[in-house]
Amino acid sequence: MLNQKDILSTIHMIDQQHLDVRTITMGISLLDCCDPDPAAACRKIYDKITTSAEKLVKTGEDIEAEFGIPIVNKRISVTPMALVAGSSRTNDYVPFAQAMDKAAKAVGVNFIGGFSALVQKGMTEGDKKLIAAIPEALAVTDVVCSSVNVGSTKAGINMDAVRLMGETIKAAAQRTADQGGFGCAKLVVFCNAVEDNPFMAGAFHGVGEAERVINVGVSGPGVVYHALQSVKGQPFDVVAETIKKTAFQVTRMGQLVAREASARLNVPFGIVDLSLAPTPAIGDSVARILEEMGLEVCGTHGTTAALALLNDAVKKGGVMASSSVGGLSGAFIPVSEDEGMIAAAQSGALSLDKLEAMTCVCSVGLDMIAVPGDTSAATISAIIADEAAIGMVNTKTTAVRIIPAPGKKVGDTVEFGGLLGSAPVMPCHTGSAEDFVARGGRIPAPMHSLKN
Amino acid sequence: MKAIVTVIGKDQVGIIAAVCSLLSEKNVNVLDISQTILQEFFTMTMLVDTSAATVPFARLQEDLSGLAQEKGLDIRVQQEAIFDAMHRI
Repeated sequence: MLNQKDILSTIHMIDQQHLDVRTITMGISLLDCCDPDPAAACRKIYDKITTSAEKLVKTGEDIEAEFGIPIVNKRISVTPMALVAGSSRTNDYVPFAQAMDKAAKAVGVNFIGGFSALVQKGMTEGDKKLIAAIPEALAVTDVVCSSVNVGSTKAGINMDAVRLMGETIKAAAQRTADQGGFGCAKLVVFCNAVEDNPFMAGAFHGVGEAERVINVGVSGPGVVYHALQSVKGQPFDVVAETIKKTAFQVTRMGQLVAREASARLNVPFGIVDLSLAPTPAIGDSVARILEEMGLEVCGTHGTTAALALLNDAVKKGGVMASSSVGGLSGAFIPVSEDEGMIAAAQSGALSLDKLEAMTCVCSVGLDMIAVPGDTSAATISAIIADEAAIGMVNTKTTAVRIIPAPGKKVGDTVEFGGLLGSAPVMPCHTGSAEDFVARGGRIPAPMHSLKN
Repeated sequence: MKAIVTVIGKDQVGIIAAVCSLLSEKNVNVLDISQTILQEFFTMTMLVDTSAATVPFARLQEDLSGLAQEKGLDIRVQQEAIFDAMHRI
C-alpha cells in the first residue's frame, strides 16, 4: 500500500497549500464554421462549441470529485476568430464575440478565448475588422477573451499593429470605464503567441491543432513555497532540487487529470502547461516564493535571478512528469492576481521596469498591470513594443495585459474580483514615445531568426 | 477500482468501526488499513476496492461525508491513481 505519509502530504497540499488544476481547456477548431452570411457563421459557431463542449464542465466536476483534486476552471479556446469571420460579408465582428459568449455560457465554462488575430507580419482585412471590434466585443460580452499577436522571432514586430493595439487598449478601457477598465483584463497582446496555451486571457486554438484537443494547466505556487520553507538558508543547488521535485509531483497530478479528461470526453490529449499560476489567495503567490529564497521584498535586487531559477527548475521537474509539455510553461507574474506582487507594488518596491526585466526570464510578460487612466495610447504601444522586443530577441513568448484604469491615478487600486484580484495603479515613465510609435512599419526579425 | 479513504479528526471511540460498517454496507472491500495518532489527531488511511460497491462512487462520497459530519471528522475517499501519480515513478 502507499505510504501513509505520502497520502497525507497530498491531502495537505490540496487543503493547505492550494494545490489544484488551474484549468482544463478544450481547444475547438472553428475553421468549418466559415460562411459568407455572418448570421449563418455565428449559428455554426454556437452549434459547434455547444456540441463539442457539452460534457466538458460535468466531466471536469466528476474528475474533481473522484480524485479529490480541485479543478478551478473549465474553459474553451477556439480558432482565432479573424480567420473564421474573415469569410463573412460584414464589417461588424461583434456578433461573432456574442456567439462565443452565448455558447460558453450555455455549456457553463467560465471563459472562452480566441477572439483573436495573428498579425505579426501584416494585417488582413479580417484582422483589421476584428481589432476594430475588440473594445465593443469585450464590453458587451462577459466571458470572451481576446488576444492579438503582433510580433514573432521569425517575422519581427508589426509596429502598425502595435500602434493600433495601444489605441485599442485605451478604447477598451474607456468602453468599460464603469468596471475600472475591465475589458482590458480580457485582452492580451502577444509576441510569439503559442497555439496550445490553456490559460486565459491568451488562449486560442491554433491552426496547426487538431479538430478538438484537451490542454491542462496546473498550478502550485503554494506547494513550492511550502517546500522551500523546509530548506531555509541552504545553497541554491538545494533550492533548485527542491523545486524540481515539487514541480514533478504537481505535474504528474496534472498529467493524470489531463489523460482522464481526454479519455472521458473522447478528445485527444494535447499538452500539460507547466506554469506556476498564482491566485490572490494568501499562500498562493509567486512573489512569496521569491521572497522565501531570501529577498526582503519581491522587486528588490536579486528578484530576476530568483525568478530565473524558479522558472527553470519548474520546467525541469515538470518535463519528465508529462508526456507532452506545451503552452506557456513558466512562472506567471500577474500583478493583480498575486497577493505578494500586489503588496510589493503597493509598497513601491516593485516597479514596471523591474517587472519588464523579470519577463526576460519567465513567462509571460507584463500581466494584469494597472497604470494611470491618463496614460497615452502611444505610451501603451511603446510598452507593448518593448515587451515584444524581449520576446522576439529571446525567442520566447511575451505578452502585455495592461489596464489604463479610467479616472485612476498612481496609488489607487482597481478591484476586479475573483481570480483577477485587485491591481494597484503603478507609475509608468512620462517621456513621450509619440513619434516613435507614429513611425509604423515593421521592426525586422533578428539575425538569429535565420536558422535555415 | 481502488480508492484511498482518509479519516482525520479528534480521537474517539468507534471511528474504525463506524467507517468499516458503512463501507461494508455498501459492499466496499477493505484491503489495507494504516492508523496512527498524529499530534493527538486520529489519522487513518485505508486502501479499499470499490469495484463491487452497491452504490456509485459519488454516493459513497456523500455517505462518508454524512458520517464525517455526524462524528466531527474529516473523511474523504479519492481514487488511488492520484496518489500513485504523485508519489510513484
